[in-house]
Amino acid sequence: MLAFVVQRVLATIPVMGVVAFVVFLLLRLSPGDPAAVIAGDYATAEQVERIRAQLGLNLPIYSQFFTWLGQILRGDLGVSIFSNLPVTTLIAQRIEPTLMLALTTIVFSIVVAVPLGVLAAWKANSWIDRAVMMFAVIGFSVPVFVLGYFLIYGFALGLNWFPVQGYRSPFDSPAAFLHHIALPTLTLSAIFIALIARITRATVLEVLSEDYIRTARAKGQSERKVLFRHALKNAAVPIVTVIGLGVALLIGGVVVTESVFNIPGLGRLVVDAILKRDYPIIQGLILFFSFIYIVLNLLIDIAYTLLDPRIRY
Amino acid sequence: MKLSRRAFVGGALAAPFLAGSGLAQSRGSVLRVIPHADLKNIDPIWTTAYISRNHGYMIYDTLFAMDADLRPRPQMVDTWEESADKKTWTFVLREGLAFHDGRPVTAEDCAASLIRWGKRDGMGQQLFTIVESVKGRDAKTLEIKLARPYGLLLDSIGKISSNVPFIMPKEIAETDPFKQIESAVGSGPFIFKKDEWVPGSKVVYVKNPNYVPRKEPASGAAGGKIAKVDRVEWLYIPDPTTCMNALMSGEVDYYEQVPGDLAPMLARAPGVKIEVLDPIGSQGMLRFNHLVAPTNNPLVRRAIAQALSQKEILAAAVGNPQYYKECESLFPCGTPLESKAGLDLIRPASKEKAKETLKKSGYNGEKVVIMQPTDIPISSAFALVAGRTLRDIGMNVDVQAMDWSSVTSRRAKKDPVEQGGWNLFPTWWIGGDLLNPLTSVALIADAGKAWPGWPNDEKLEALRQEFANSTTLEEQKKAAAAVQARAIEIGTHVNLGTFFVPVGYRDNVRGMIPSPVQFFWNMEKVSA
Repeated sequence: MLAFVVQRVLATIPVMGVVAFVVFLLLRLSPGDPAAVIAGDYATAEQVERIRAQLGLNLPIYSQFFTWLGQILRGDLGVSIFSNLPVTTLIAQRIEPTLMLALTTIVFSIVVAVPLGVLAAWKANSWIDRAVMMFAVIGFSVPVFVLGYFLIYGFALGLNWFPVQGYRSPFDSPAAFLHHIALPTLTLSAIFIALIARITRATVLEVLSEDYIRTARAKGQSERKVLFRHALKNAAVPIVTVIGLGVALLIGGVVVTESVFNIPGLGRLVVDAILKRDYPIIQGLILFFSFIYIVLNLLIDIAYTLLDPRIRY
Repeated sequence: MKLSRRAFVGGALAAPFLAGSGLAQSRGSVLRVIPHADLKNIDPIWTTAYISRNHGYMIYDTLFAMDADLRPRPQMVDTWEESADKKTWTFVLREGLAFHDGRPVTAEDCAASLIRWGKRDGMGQQLFTIVESVKGRDAKTLEIKLARPYGLLLDSIGKISSNVPFIMPKEIAETDPFKQIESAVGSGPFIFKKDEWVPGSKVVYVKNPNYVPRKEPASGAAGGKIAKVDRVEWLYIPDPTTCMNALMSGEVDYYEQVPGDLAPMLARAPGVKIEVLDPIGSQGMLRFNHLVAPTNNPLVRRAIAQALSQKEILAAAVGNPQYYKECESLFPCGTPLESKAGLDLIRPASKEKAKETLKKSGYNGEKVVIMQPTDIPISSAFALVAGRTLRDIGMNVDVQAMDWSSVTSRRAKKDPVEQGGWNLFPTWWIGGDLLNPLTSVALIADAGKAWPGWPNDEKLEALRQEFANSTTLEEQKKAAAAVQARAIEIGTHVNLGTFFVPVGYRDNVRGMIPSPVQFFWNMEKVSA
């Protein structure tokens, strides 16, 4: 097991190297010039060139790449071209809202979706099953921004129960945090509840037809024990996989929710940086996201061994 | 009052949250603002971004400033005089001027700031071609010596829009103008809280308790800059609908640029007001590439200008007639240099006339590439309407969608369209940037210095110089009219019309200053 973990950790190095190279190359090949944006309309070509030189963008691409690589190896993700702030500082400013939104969403989704999925499997083909699956289809189909605006319209503007936008840190005020994070969590959870509920239903349904379930029932186990101790536990591997990937997706892929609820998270940071061609931020963030993906995949793999003793590395 | 069960349950659920939320906090002296853009950098000389300019107005002061009638008025300056030969100007600074760190503002600070500005700003560069020296004669007296008389000195150092000659501490102003400064120490009415700055989200300013405002009432960028709130927070919200909702719910007090399509909803919302504060408006513009076929042909450019009707374009791009007006003058309507000179060549707009001109030009179906910046809605709409109009007159149009960053890099390319070049791109400017032939970048016709599009016309350059040499308003009007006529004749660009972007605010906000630029002094929140 330890050897597996060490091997996987070491394997992240070439993966990150490839990601770094591809991201760097794609950015440099895509149109857009931060120097031209900075220089403004009054600048002559010489002035734009001077800014480019100041930013090191006039150097050959391979030279820029190795400079950046050297920075990364020293733990430095560079400095934003526009704000002149270190990328690590910008990530540190934004990571808390993103992590908190991911955490509340995934916890809420699991709490709602797993019982729903189990219930749907238990009552397969009944009206309960159909209702759960209909909800899942709606959860998948309704765009996040539509649901977000509906919730804002109803609960923030209409009933005035929640704020329209913004984020408060739980370390400043847990109550204010919950108050602000409630609607974004509900919005974002819809799709994850749908996804996890469907996966749970499918896997539990499959497990329920296994011999050992019949045996458990024959032994006189209560239906609750059959479902949660025998069926759900054995159905956990695919569910955990989906949850793990969901967390990874939530770290960097929730820009729409962040925009609708004005949450200053990492998704918005990367989109803003792309629009401005702020190369160090884009490169740093994509590298960071890749790292998160790799770590989460590793954690999922380790979780398999805990959930299924047959799996050994 | 009848309380429904649902409302009661909802209230009970929300009550514990409200106790600890920002909503429960006193916000009497905090002005929460949704700015038009995110403040990405804090050096208003290094960049021309309007949001950095607005940041500059918060924390810096200027020697002169434009009043509501766009006349330069003293701001940091107390008295000033011009020598008999009109070549030496001396300015005495007001008493009580001090930087945020407590150090007094000196004439040397002003000299260093003007020199840095003069290396980046268009009007500054023009001024510094004739500046022989700029220095502090003593701590309070600034002296500018010119090679020859210059009628636009005060207009230049009192320039209202980017780049504004803000006064910084000498050691900061001596930074390479192509390298951004890290300090935000100014002498303006507000102090920047760098420790609370979260790029992409929040900018905080607090009142400068030591600022000594002028006695005159606020007027444009001039007059008394009185900070009437303790704290101004710029909360950048990228999504317009969220901005609208935040204003309607009272979570913010002021929304700097309300999109036209949301204005009617906000106008109907209780507790919210909508108003146009910019008396000049912004001007839409379609820029020609003079180097690349077919727009390297003056008659093709004229045909395009003849075809484009402001009425049609503004109706499509802006929609609500309350927020646009036709104004054919290249200098904003209602400002001193407004003119009709040269318009008879292209107005009234007529597609039939345009077709005739196009026929005379020898146009033979060459592809016309229009760059469409899809992330700037109004410019994007300009591109689409222009594309449709040019197709109507028989041109082979290719409207290419891209983001604004791609436009800014691609417009620098001088290659033919087959090799990634371009013919036309739309953009817009606030009227404050187009007040005269020196500030209007589209009128530069020296190909080496010109804005992308690169018109090269000695006559137009000579006329711009004539304007720069004018010393009276009458001379300036005459010279500006000649510049406009020539610019239309050679087709530097097409004026697509004037539009206005309203501000939205809670009805307890007072003291907004009508101006092409957003200022936050003089604004206050009164009890409901």
